[in-house]
Amino acid sequence: MTALPALAPAYPELWLALSAMALLMFGVFRGEGSTRLVSWLAVLVLLIGIALVAMQPAESVATFGGLFVADGFGRFAKVLILLGSAFAIVLSLGYNRYERMERFEYPVLILLASTGMMMMVSANDLIALYLGLELQSLSLYVLAAFKRDSGRATEAGLKYFVLGALSSGMLLYGASMIYGFAGSTNFAQIATALGGHASIGLLVGIVFLSAGLAFKVSAVPFHMWTPDVYEGAPTPVTAFFAVAPKIAAMALFVRAILTPFGDIAHEWQQIIIVISTLSMLLGAFAAIAQTNIKRLMAYSSIGHVGYALIGLAAGTEEGVRGILIYLAIYLAMNVGTFACILCMRQKDQMVEGVSDLAGLAKTHPGMALLLAGFMFSLAGVPPLAGFFGKFYIFMSAINAGLYTLAVIGVLSSVVGAYYYLRIVKIMYFDEASEPLAKPVRGELGAVMTVTGLFTMLFFIWPAPLLDMAGVAAKALFP
Amino acid sequence: MIIQALAFYLFAAITVASGFMVIASRNPVHSVLFLILAFFNAAGLFVLMGAEFLGMLLVIVYVGAVAVLFLFVVMMLDINFVELRQGFLQYLPVGGTIGLILLVELAMVLGGWAVTPAAKTVSADPIPALDKVTNTHALGQVLYTKYIYLFQGAGLILLVAMIGAIVLTLRSRPGVKRQSISEQVNRPRDEAVAIRKVEPRKGI
Repeated sequence: MTALPALAPAYPELWLALSAMALLMFGVFRGEGSTRLVSWLAVLVLLIGIALVAMQPAESVATFGGLFVADGFGRFAKVLILLGSAFAIVLSLGYNRYERMERFEYPVLILLASTGMMMMVSANDLIALYLGLELQSLSLYVLAAFKRDSGRATEAGLKYFVLGALSSGMLLYGASMIYGFAGSTNFAQIATALGGHASIGLLVGIVFLSAGLAFKVSAVPFHMWTPDVYEGAPTPVTAFFAVAPKIAAMALFVRAILTPFGDIAHEWQQIIIVISTLSMLLGAFAAIAQTNIKRLMAYSSIGHVGYALIGLAAGTEEGVRGILIYLAIYLAMNVGTFACILCMRQKDQMVEGVSDLAGLAKTHPGMALLLAGFMFSLAGVPPLAGFFGKFYIFMSAINAGLYTLAVIGVLSSVVGAYYYLRIVKIMYFDEASEPLAKPVRGELGAVMTVTGLFTMLFFIWPAPLLDMAGVAAKALFP
Repeated sequence: MIIQALAFYLFAAITVASGFMVIASRNPVHSVLFLILAFFNAAGLFVLMGAEFLGMLLVIVYVGAVAVLFLFVVMMLDINFVELRQGFLQYLPVGGTIGLILLVELAMVLGGWAVTPAAKTVSADPIPALDKVTNTHALGQVLYTKYIYLFQGAGLILLVAMIGAIVLTLRSRPGVKRQSISEQVNRPRDEAVAIRKVEPRKGI
C-alpha cells in the first residue's frame, strides 16, 4: 500500500483540470446556448486559480516523486499565465458571437491549455516538461483552427501542428541525449550527475532541447510559423497566443536551462546569445514592411522574446528577475493592444490593415490615446511600463558583462520604435478613408482601460511588481 | 551470445532498410506495409533487450491499431501521392545535406560517448533484475504510484485530442432523422394502431 503523494502543491492545477472537465460536461448537456455562461464561469475558475496559487506557501515544495515543483518562480509565472488566459476569454466573448464561432469548447480548451502551461512552469523533470508542453500545444493547435470554416484559420492550425510536432521531436531527441548522458530525467539530479562538466553528447542534447524550446517561444531561427499562425488564427486566439503560451514557454525555458545546466553556463550561453540577437534584429527589421497589424504584432512578439532572452543569456538572478518583470509588462501591453485590434471593425467586417487605423484620433479619441500609449510602451519610451521592462533586462546584461548584447538590444529597439510610432502617426495625422465602426464593446473597453492604466501609471508605484519578481527569481537560485 | 548478436544485426538492418522503404516506395500502401515490418523488427529489438512487455505492446498497439488505421486512411482518402511527391527530388539536396550533417554529428557524439560516472548514483530507480521481477510487474509497480502525475497528464492530453477532433469535425446536419427512444415509447396506442374491419374481398 503506497501513500497518496502530497497534492497540496498541485491544487491550482487540479482545480483547473477538474473544473475544465466539469464545464465540458455542463456545456455538452446545456448545448450551444450556454457558451456565454461557460465563458464567464471559466473566467471565474481562472480567478479562483490565481487565488489558489497566491495562497500557496512561499518555500519551494516538490511532490509526485520530484516530478513537480511548486516554488516562487512558478507561482509568479502561473499568476501571469492565468491572468493572460482570463483576458483571452474576455476578449473572445464579443468576437466569437459576431463571427458565429461561439462554441462552449473554446473556454474549455483555454482552461486545459492553461493547465498544460502551469504543468510546464512547474515541471522539474524532462518527462513532466514534455507532457505539459504537449497538453498546451495540442489545445493551441485546436484553438488556431477553431474557426473551421475559414481557410486561413485551418491553414494556420495545420501549419502550427506540423511545425509544432517537428519541434517536439527535436525536443525529445535532445531530452533523450541528456538522459543518456546523465542517467536521470530529474532536473536536480541531472545537475548533480553533471558535476560541472559536459561532454559533447550532452551538448548536442542541450542544443536540441533549446531548439525545441526556442520554437515554442518563437525565437529566430525557429520563428517561421509565428507570422502565418498569428495572421490566420482568429484574433482573440492570436491575442491568447501572444501572451499566455509565450510567458509559459519562456518560464519553462528559464527553468529547464538554469536548473539542470546552471553550472555549465559557459557551454550554452552562446546559443542563447545568438538566438536572442537574431530575434531582436529580425523583430525590428521584418516588422517594418508589414501592412497587417496581426502580422506586425507577430514580428513584434519575436523581437520581445529576443529582449527577454537577454536575461537568460545573463544567467544570473538579476537576469531572471528582469525576464519576469518584462513578461508581466509584456502581458499588459499585448492584451491592451489586442483589445484595440479587436475593436477594428468597418461596418460589418473585421479589418486588420495598419492603414485602417487612419483618423482614429478623430473618431475614437480615447481608444487612439490608449493605443498610442501601448505603442510607445512597446517601443520602450520612458516613463511608460515597457521602458522599465527593457531597462532591467539591459541592466542585467551589463552587470553580467554582455555589453555587445545590450548594445544590440538598444539599437534594435530604436529601429523597432519606427514601426510602433508609425502606427501612432497613422492614427493622429492621416485622414480616414472609412472610419472604424462605433461603439467599442463594453468588455473590450474595460480591458483596454485596465491594461492601459497599468502601462501608463506603472512608473508611479513599481515597487510591488519589482519585489515580487525579485522573490520569484530568488527561488531559482537557492 | 553469437546468436544474439546475429539476431540484433538482422533486426536492426531490416528496421533501417524498411524505414528507408517507407519513404522511398511509390505505392503508399507498400509504405504502410514496410512501416509494419519496421515495427515488427523494432519489437524484436526490444525482446532482445529483455523488454518483452514493450515489444508486445509495440506489436499490439502500433501494428494492430495504428498501422491498420493508417492503411484505412491511405486506402480511403483519394490523395494523389504522385503530385505530393513532385517536390521530392527538388528538396533532396537540402534534405540530404541536413541528414548527412546529423549523421556526422551522431557519429561524433557516439564516438566520444561517455556516460557521466555520477549517473549510476543519481538514477533513483535502478531497473530491477529481470529474473526476479517481470517487465509487466516492474512497470505496474511504478506506473500508478511514482509516475501517477505523468499518467494523469497523458490522460488529459488524450482528452484534449478527443475534444479537438470533435470540435474540428463534428457538424450538425439539418434534416437528419434520428431515433428518439423516449418518443417511441411514449407514443400512445391509438396514435400508432387503428383497428379497421376489413370485409372479405375488399380493400380499405
